[in-house]
Amino acid sequence: MERFSLDLAVSSRPASLSLSAGLPGRRYLSVVAIVACWQIGSALGLIPMRTLAAPSIILSTAWDLLMHGDLVGNLLVSLARAATGFAMGAAIGGGLALVAGLSRIGEDVVDAPMQMLRTLPFLALVPLLILWFGIGETPKIVLVAFGAAFPVYLNLFAGIRGVDTKLLEAGRVFGLSRRALLAHVVLPGAMPGLLTGMRFALGIAWLSLVVGEQINASSGIGFMINDARDFLRTDIIVVGLLVYALLGLGSDALIRGFERRAFAWRPSLMGR
Amino acid sequence: MGAQPPLAAGAVRLRNVTRRFGERRVLDGLSLDLAPGSFTALLGRSGSGKTTLLRTLAHLDPAPPDAVVVTPAPTAVVFQEPRLLPWKRVWQNVALGLGGDDARDRAGAALQEVGLGQHLNAWPLTLSGGEAQRAALARALVREPKLLLLDEPFAALDALTRLRMQAMVAELWRTHAPTTLIVTHDVDEALLLADRVLVLADGRITADIVTGLARPRRHADPHFIVLRQRLLAELGVDFEPATGVIA
Repeated sequence: MERFSLDLAVSSRPASLSLSAGLPGRRYLSVVAIVACWQIGSALGLIPMRTLAAPSIILSTAWDLLMHGDLVGNLLVSLARAATGFAMGAAIGGGLALVAGLSRIGEDVVDAPMQMLRTLPFLALVPLLILWFGIGETPKIVLVAFGAAFPVYLNLFAGIRGVDTKLLEAGRVFGLSRRALLAHVVLPGAMPGLLTGMRFALGIAWLSLVVGEQINASSGIGFMINDARDFLRTDIIVVGLLVYALLGLGSDALIRGFERRAFAWRPSLMGR
Repeated sequence: MGAQPPLAAGAVRLRNVTRRFGERRVLDGLSLDLAPGSFTALLGRSGSGKTTLLRTLAHLDPAPPDAVVVTPAPTAVVFQEPRLLPWKRVWQNVALGLGGDDARDRAGAALQEVGLGQHLNAWPLTLSGGEAQRAALARALVREPKLLLLDEPFAALDALTRLRMQAMVAELWRTHAPTTLIVTHDVDEALLLADRVLVLADGRITADIVTGLARPRRHADPHFIVLRQRLLAELGVDFEPATGVIA
């Protein structure tokens, strides 16, 4: 609940601030100014090409890569890695959360190891993953899955345990079986937790992908960036970074869109 | 326990119900019979064990080991809060747990009866407090309960809505005649609705009054006023008859 009202508060801010009333794009003025300074600095030779390419060059490189290069191919490879890893991680994290959330025994067995593993900076697993799985696709996907599993686990577990006991009681009074309680009360009640977990997990999935793609990749956005480094092509590197950013934004928007559908029953969202 | 006379269908029997929370006895060897189709109000100050008694009747708390708790089925409860599932539409909430192909029609009919025919497809969070509580009432009625338990169902409503809801409950009780127990701390509400009023204090029933008031009830009825004073006194409220002001 809290998170949604926060979102609303943030999105309604520009409209309610009288300062910005005349100029809706005011918030982005400073961004435009920075890019302009960057462009001018590059043109004057203050920012050498080998340090950072000019915005105009980055744009034309992006267009080139898109039309003639292998940006799309690399993008698809990265997307597939992220999607596979995310799906595996979400399934494992979600499954363990159901086990731990729905039974005391499950909690005893699952929660302690999960809480311990959670404190591990999982990116430090890379050397171990390389030893176990070599340098192919597997370690990259496993790293993404490992990173994505924990936020899903933690938030779904909390979501299940946070289901309103008063609603559970009402369900029991009206004769719902344990299975029906699960389907009609517990799982829908835990949905907000699950989706919060998925959003966190997506962010972490992209982060793990960036790290994973540094492992001797021969395709993918990470490969494209590493390859460009060898040729001092800062323009291609920045294009790769932008693609990463767009992927993150896009997947977040996807989950938000899904949330809007799934939570049509929330009045705060119905008005939007 | 001894031999008990056989129980009529729809009747409620409690014997020797004791519940402790820590040192405190919330219910202390309580016994109670409710006649089939009767309307009883249970009055008590907060913390007197009213809700604990209702939860025992609803089998939300397990019956104490050496107690007798006999209730007719089905039993339906209207809680102080509507307790509607926010992710199900109003009719789905009413139809919750109903079997059969006609569940939707039955839910629709029940909602019609409480005046919510226009809101079948609404989301619960868009309803006002009174509407949500009426939906909760429909959810209870649609099960055609033999025992209807009302746990301070109007406490959270504004005064005008409360009056309308009380009239509605009286009417629904007249039509469907379930054995009904309303838990309340409002003496007027008890006298307006019920034919028998119990006062619960320290885990025991300290007063058991058959009101004998004619329906529809009138606040100005002299007998109503006498009963009101008596019940307030039972509840330990000092009453000043000359001014009508509670001191």
